[in-house]
Amino acid sequence: MTEGYNFAYLDEQTKRMIRRALLKAVAVPGHQVPFGSREMPLPYGWGTGGIQVTASVLGPDDTLKVIDQGADDTTNAVSIRAFFARVAGVATTARTAEATVIQTRHRIPETPLTEGQIIVYQVPQPEPLYKLEPSRAATRRLHALSEYGLMHVKLYEDIARFGHISIAYDYPVMVNGRYLMAPSPIPAFDNPKMHMMPALQLFGAGREKRIYAVPPYTAVRSLDFEDHPFRTTRAPHCCELCGSDTSYLDEVVIDDRGGRIFVCSDTDYCAERRSTQQAAA
Amino acid sequence: MDETLLSGRGLSLDFGRIQALDGVNIDLWPGEVLAIVGESGSGKSTLLNVLSGRMHPDAGTVWYRGPDGHLADVHGMPEPALRRLLRSDWGFVHQNPRDGLRMTVSAGGNVGERLMAAGARHYGNIREQAAAWLKRVEIDPSRMDDLPRTFSGGMQQRLQIARTLVTHPRLVFMDEPTGGLDVSVQARLLDLIRALVAELRIAVALVTHDIAVARLLAHRIAVMRRGVVVETGLTDQVLDDPQHPYTQLLVASVLQA
Repeated sequence: MTEGYNFAYLDEQTKRMIRRALLKAVAVPGHQVPFGSREMPLPYGWGTGGIQVTASVLGPDDTLKVIDQGADDTTNAVSIRAFFARVAGVATTARTAEATVIQTRHRIPETPLTEGQIIVYQVPQPEPLYKLEPSRAATRRLHALSEYGLMHVKLYEDIARFGHISIAYDYPVMVNGRYLMAPSPIPAFDNPKMHMMPALQLFGAGREKRIYAVPPYTAVRSLDFEDHPFRTTRAPHCCELCGSDTSYLDEVVIDDRGGRIFVCSDTDYCAERRSTQQAAA
Repeated sequence: MDETLLSGRGLSLDFGRIQALDGVNIDLWPGEVLAIVGESGSGKSTLLNVLSGRMHPDAGTVWYRGPDGHLADVHGMPEPALRRLLRSDWGFVHQNPRDGLRMTVSAGGNVGERLMAAGARHYGNIREQAAAWLKRVEIDPSRMDDLPRTFSGGMQQRLQIARTLVTHPRLVFMDEPTGGLDVSVQARLLDLIRALVAELRIAVALVTHDIAVARLLAHRIAVMRRGVVVETGLTDQVLDDPQHPYTQLLVASVLQA
């Protein structure tokens, strides 16, 4: 651990403030709790909210995994992992099953999470009604009164215009049958994983200064219409590397002649599958 | 008629030195169209806002009789209850359709919004009802997925009426619904409102400065001047035999076509 830093970068008073917000957030699932977001050594939009939440829940015995778009080896993931390895001295891992705290941007790991794990989402825009009602005072009122007809108007418009609900990511969910919540920009494909998840889910929005949470085993329902039920979409291919036909795929351009392949966006899941396949062969 | 649907008692409201409402008493019975007329600044729009719970009076009470027959104090009820009332039992038609419509949402979505707010979650049914209502207000259902900004002023106003009436409210507040429309469009809109109101037996509190609109639509009329209701009565009675000097002036000032 580097000299001169408090454990996990943030000072204890700040962590305490964030933990209080987290406790409140867990007590009221899906409700956005304001908190005093701090200046972090990376720009807004790169995961300042997620980092602050991670810093507040991290202990010396934790094992941290950081993913960005499902991958452990992208810039954002590498930097944040290195950051915590340096300022907290915690063990890091790329393996989902070994991690106790997982900070993520844009994905939920394919490997099902278990009790005792915490998943921390980086959230750019915590307000699901943001694009429909620009006033924050008004949206707070709508949340308080549980008036979410507006969100359905947006879904209605999608069906009327495109024939289906066209929201591919950050698909709005109802948490515990009470609060409308933005699940952060994870693909709608991952929404069903949030439902009754055994792990604790924490959401941090640094720029917007909001924290919210979904406690373990909480109902998370994606909004839909009775005759247009929620459905997930997935590229109709198999992973080029591990052959998975159930995981969420990324399309990767491999040359300048139109060549492209589909590979698992979750690099750990893909690598695990390949190593078991090799062991079996 | 049995019991009042809405009644205001001793309503007063001032904006600084301006006394917008000065001890107004007003009653509205079920299924009745009441026109509130008066010149600009006489407090008629303020009265409508106070009656509909959108503005708080300095003194006085507004009583609303719910479907269960109980009287409720409009300004005393908790906000969730008032908002529920405003989006189900009541409706508000604004003078400018832009205030009442979502301009970035298609016509069908605009009509469907109140249904969805009331808990409708079946796309097919919402759409069916929206189409039926568009037809009722003489908008071609093929324009259902068009944005209101592509509609003419008269169509926008009819769309606003469809959007308001879709939940079958018992009471609708209208603030100059025909203002800003040309005369022929106005006449058609008035015909439409009259037919719908008679058919659905909706009570309407209508604010207008146009005596002709009041004569055509209203059963009863209340004349306002400087925040005071100076005369009320049956429309024909008030307009044909005005008692108060101000009403006489108002009626006399209308050009006979």
